[in-house]
Amino acid sequence: MRMKLNYRIVIFAFAIAFGILFSAPSIFQTQDGKKVTLGLDLQGGLHMLLGVKTEEAVKSRIKSIAASIKHFSERKDILVDSLKFDESAIDFILLDSDDTKAITDYLAEIEGTIVSVNAENISITLSDEEIVRTEKQAISQAIETIRNRLDQFGLAEPVVARQGQEKILVQLAGIKTQEEEQRARELISRAAKLELMAVDEDRAARVYNMSDSDAAAYGDVILDDVENPAVKHLVRKIPILDGGMLTDAHVGFDQNNRPLINFSLNAEGAEIFGDFTGRSVGKHLAVVLDGKVYSAPVINERIGGGSGQISGDYTVMEAKDLAIALRSGSLLAPVYMMEKRSVGPSLGADSIKASLIALVGGFILVIIFMVIYYRVAGIIANIALVANLFIILAVMSLFGATLTLPGMAGIVLTVGMAVDANVIISERIRELIYQGVSIHKAIEDGYANAMRAILDANITTLIAAVVLYAYGTGAIKGFAITISIGILASMLTAILGTHGIYEMLEKRIQNSKNNRLWFGIKG
Amino acid sequence: MEFFKYTKTFNFMGRSKLAMFVSIALLLASYTLLATKGLNYGVDFAGGTIVQVQYKSEAPIDDMRNRLKTNEIFSGSSITEFGSKEEVVIRMKTSTASVTVDVGDMTREALKGTGEFEIRRVDIVGPKVGSELKEKGIMSLILAVIGILIYVAFRFEWRFAVASIVALVHDVSIALGAITLVGLDVNLDVLAALLTILGYSLNDTIIVFDRIREGVVSGRNRGLSDIIDESVTRTLARTTLTSLTTFFVVFTLFIYGGEIIHAFAFTLLVGVVVGTYSSVFVASPILLAFGFDVKNYHVKLAAKAKREADKQKMRDQFESGVM
Repeated sequence: MRMKLNYRIVIFAFAIAFGILFSAPSIFQTQDGKKVTLGLDLQGGLHMLLGVKTEEAVKSRIKSIAASIKHFSERKDILVDSLKFDESAIDFILLDSDDTKAITDYLAEIEGTIVSVNAENISITLSDEEIVRTEKQAISQAIETIRNRLDQFGLAEPVVARQGQEKILVQLAGIKTQEEEQRARELISRAAKLELMAVDEDRAARVYNMSDSDAAAYGDVILDDVENPAVKHLVRKIPILDGGMLTDAHVGFDQNNRPLINFSLNAEGAEIFGDFTGRSVGKHLAVVLDGKVYSAPVINERIGGGSGQISGDYTVMEAKDLAIALRSGSLLAPVYMMEKRSVGPSLGADSIKASLIALVGGFILVIIFMVIYYRVAGIIANIALVANLFIILAVMSLFGATLTLPGMAGIVLTVGMAVDANVIISERIRELIYQGVSIHKAIEDGYANAMRAILDANITTLIAAVVLYAYGTGAIKGFAITISIGILASMLTAILGTHGIYEMLEKRIQNSKNNRLWFGIKG
Repeated sequence: MEFFKYTKTFNFMGRSKLAMFVSIALLLASYTLLATKGLNYGVDFAGGTIVQVQYKSEAPIDDMRNRLKTNEIFSGSSITEFGSKEEVVIRMKTSTASVTVDVGDMTREALKGTGEFEIRRVDIVGPKVGSELKEKGIMSLILAVIGILIYVAFRFEWRFAVASIVALVHDVSIALGAITLVGLDVNLDVLAALLTILGYSLNDTIIVFDRIREGVVSGRNRGLSDIIDESVTRTLARTTLTSLTTFFVVFTLFIYGGEIIHAFAFTLLVGVVVGTYSSVFVASPILLAFGFDVKNYHVKLAAKAKREADKQKMRDQFESGVM
């Protein structure tokens, strides 16, 4: 007998075709086509939430203003005494009051500062807006810098994004070992702050008898040597220049074939560097990176051209990472860990295996059970169930949604819940058949009666899923996504799909009069 | 195959006293557990660190304990087996803020020499993020309940909404009690499971309520008890069937889903059972308790149906050009 086509079955056929077509790339892992992305908990990787110590950015802004005042006064031969700075202010004494205009004009050009002049005492603080701006900039700069660094690290598609107002989300997939992960973290968090500082020649010999406060009284600071922390260096607190003027850094080798880093400065930096080295022949220059002295060579002659070297006892790999960090610019403010989730690739693979076993196991149980209970009606419900799985996968692939472990659990759960709509419908149809109505009416009214309950029940579940998506984090969002798609897909397959199948088979059911075969009931 | 005969109506409301007794006993037990033993917040909400270590052979737990004693940061840590003898989980209340060297790296260093091992998972949650997640978690539960309340009140009547929320609170409370009883860590996955229970249990309840609504429309002169009995009976096959299929999949998830998904699956397992029970024995009697008036609701529904019919008539007239 010919079976009639109807619009429902046509739409359902399209939905199945859509499901199979777009889920195929994910199932067969083909080269082309959009695929479902696996979450870090399934493929292994590193997820971090970083905080930014923005107050440090303010401190370093003060420091760099102090450095520029020093440089300016030296160039213009303005006599400045006891130039010092703390966490929030810079103070100095102007020895010649004739220079007041020159220096205040210069200070007025520096944005966001409040300059107060009290006779020869000049004090500079940052305005509140400037502090807020500096803090904000520190966060966006940190995001930018970390992204630059990770782009050069060599892992595929690192994610660096702002989360909320002041958190940075970093996600790295494809990390193989704990050691590699630690290397990535070192690269991310490295301040990479290069400073060239003058050694205090007059007092350097006494450095081992000095405390930090003694040094501060002279406008100096005591720094450790990078190779041996017992070795101390006494350097001027205000740097000659800092890494902001660095334009390039790459790995080179010295005459003994040990790795070192060559860096170049921009024009302004080169000029300052040239001026300083020209004035300081015979003295020592400390190359300071992140607060540690890497070397303190004697200046033999004026160094023009603005390039220099950082030598240290590092491996080629370390030198490479360091060069990346320097090139990408220094972090204005240090970052700290707020949250970390790290999953090894083997655990991810185990999770996939375990959830697939649960999915297949649960799926087979449900399918067998439905056939035993409902016979052909059960088979029809099962068709909807299979279609449902394909559609979930297809929609997730198309939208590039991330499949996480809770997401897998969501799919497993959907298998159990997606049959619900068909169960409701089948029960209604059975009921009507018992009441003795015709097959046609039983099917039509069965669907009509079931519709309200299916809608209400699914919408409330959807409300819970949407809330979960909005408030959930990371992997949990994946659960909300699969559950939501699963609910919507189940409504489509149950309401349209199976209805279409029944419509098509209606005549057959009527003629066979075997309700036991079709619906699993007597009569 | 049929679980229940179509011709028979069960007397559920006659047993509602017994059900009420069971529910109150379970709730009391749950709240006592929650008050005395308390929920065991995991790292997601309390902050702290989890390190999962897998050894090539049996994990030398005693040796590990001794080595972890050497550093202050590991004080108060506990080591437990995780699914197999080779795999263990170290839980610590402490977290570190350093990005370069974190407590996971320290653990790796401290355990060097205990055998061949691989660190498979490190979760570090700082105190700030922990309390944020907790706040968000509680907010999400509240919002979901409010959303559902509004929807059900809009689609049915406020008493239905209140009754379904009472059933939800009932289910979630007992699930929390069960979690406390077996001492599971409450993490984000358990929260997700609780929200799923909300949706799932409500699903069942609404199917029954839908029947009650239908029963009210078809006959205003029957008592609410009878309508409820008939509605629950008519939906019993569906309730049982869906609960069974869901139970099947959650059970396979519980057995085969792996250690990480264990707490999630356990919570769902309890939820499926309690949710099914509550939609049959808890939600409907509460309708009675709140004094749901069949006649009143019948009139309301009839008026609504009439309005819609009038509208349809107008539309038909308009479309056929008759005004």
